[in-house]
Amino acid sequence: MKRMKWVFTISTTILSAMAIITISSPRVAVRADNKPAPGANVEIDNFSFGPDLTIAAGTTVTWTNHDDVPHVVASDTKIFKSQALDTDDHFSYTFTKPGTYLYYCMIHPKMTAKVVVQ
Amino acid sequence: MGNLIRDNLNKDGVDRRGFLQCMAWAGTGMLYVMKGGILSSLPIGSAVTEAAQMSKMKGVDFSFIQISDSHIGFNKEANPDVTATLQVAVDRINNAAARPDFLLHTGDISQLSKPSEFDTAEQVLKGAKAGKIFYVPGEHDVLTDDGKQYMDRFGQDTQGKGYYSFDHKGVHFIGLVNVLDLKAGGLGSLGQEQLEWIERDVKHLKSSTPIIVFAHIPLWSIYPDWGWDTDDSAQALGYLKRFGSVSVLNGHIHQVMQKVEGNITFHTALSTAFPQPAPGTAPSPGPMKVPADQLRNMLDIAHVNFAQGKHSLAVVDSPLAST
Repeated sequence: MKRMKWVFTISTTILSAMAIITISSPRVAVRADNKPAPGANVEIDNFSFGPDLTIAAGTTVTWTNHDDVPHVVASDTKIFKSQALDTDDHFSYTFTKPGTYLYYCMIHPKMTAKVVVQ
Repeated sequence: MGNLIRDNLNKDGVDRRGFLQCMAWAGTGMLYVMKGGILSSLPIGSAVTEAAQMSKMKGVDFSFIQISDSHIGFNKEANPDVTATLQVAVDRINNAAARPDFLLHTGDISQLSKPSEFDTAEQVLKGAKAGKIFYVPGEHDVLTDDGKQYMDRFGQDTQGKGYYSFDHKGVHFIGLVNVLDLKAGGLGSLGQEQLEWIERDVKHLKSSTPIIVFAHIPLWSIYPDWGWDTDDSAQALGYLKRFGSVSVLNGHIHQVMQKVEGNITFHTALSTAFPQPAPGTAPSPGPMKVPADQLRNMLDIAHVNFAQGKHSLAVVDSPLAST
């Protein structure tokens, strides 16, 4: 149970961090009640995704490509799939259902990461 | 390559000595001659080796040229004008002493699979005096439409998602597609349908038929950590084991490497657009930034000569700067 608590603490920290990102980011999705949906970011750098995220359902994740080569973000079950992201391009997806989502770059499949939705 | 780094002044893992050695390794090009299944090579560029190259050309039945990784549309620091360097490659082909029978383009024609990028590439390559151009796609050519655009433009007379074979003066050429349906965590992939086609395609051939296979991602394990390998290539190459002479030409890694394994000789070609680092020498396989005056030494075309009946295949990698 100690481990569970640790995970929970980390998640809370990430969520707090995300709240800050949400306020400062102009790209956050807007809900019907006009309050911004919570957001989180994944950076694509040197052919890798970072960090792995643990988020609450309803969170919008935005990927940004910092490499000089294009990447295509896609879930391994094709629940979501981006266009080709050139340098500095973004892709966002809102995770509505809890679960573990594995994703990869469709053209550099060695690039893998995950989003855990609670 | 670690022994090449002595003074890491810019904290970039490369010193001048190491960089120049890498340049020599990637840029000067090599002549490869295979006789009786044994590969020999010599560097080209100097008067002596040019003469040696010409002597190797004697008695060849035909030659062809491999170009690769044009990445038309790429405009970053590593090469802001990839159309110009592709044009240099075409000029060099047109100025060569030996007129090639045809060109092979081993993929990544475009950077982002955009129609305008394909248009530009086709426009430039149309200027090459080399008869037909045979293509296979790179992952940049099939980015988001599962290769539909590539197929519309280059996929006539192909099977499945773009693979095909043809015979030329006694040699059987096989163009393969290993950039589609890539699995998370995996490498390049041919897929079951294509593997079955390869088996059928070579079944009727005599074992003495020379085979030349070309595909984008290497069909041998160069550096799996960077995806420089194909998951199911062993099965494909297994169908070619009974043949006396098999050569495999790939692109993708933007540098020259060769290997001989049994009856199979593997080659990779440089890019006409930008160089990539040697395996494991950089944090990622992203484009290498080199000074503009040195860039063309690291880009090239491969000229392949084939001598019929002698099991002799020569791959000549020529840096673009040498004309």
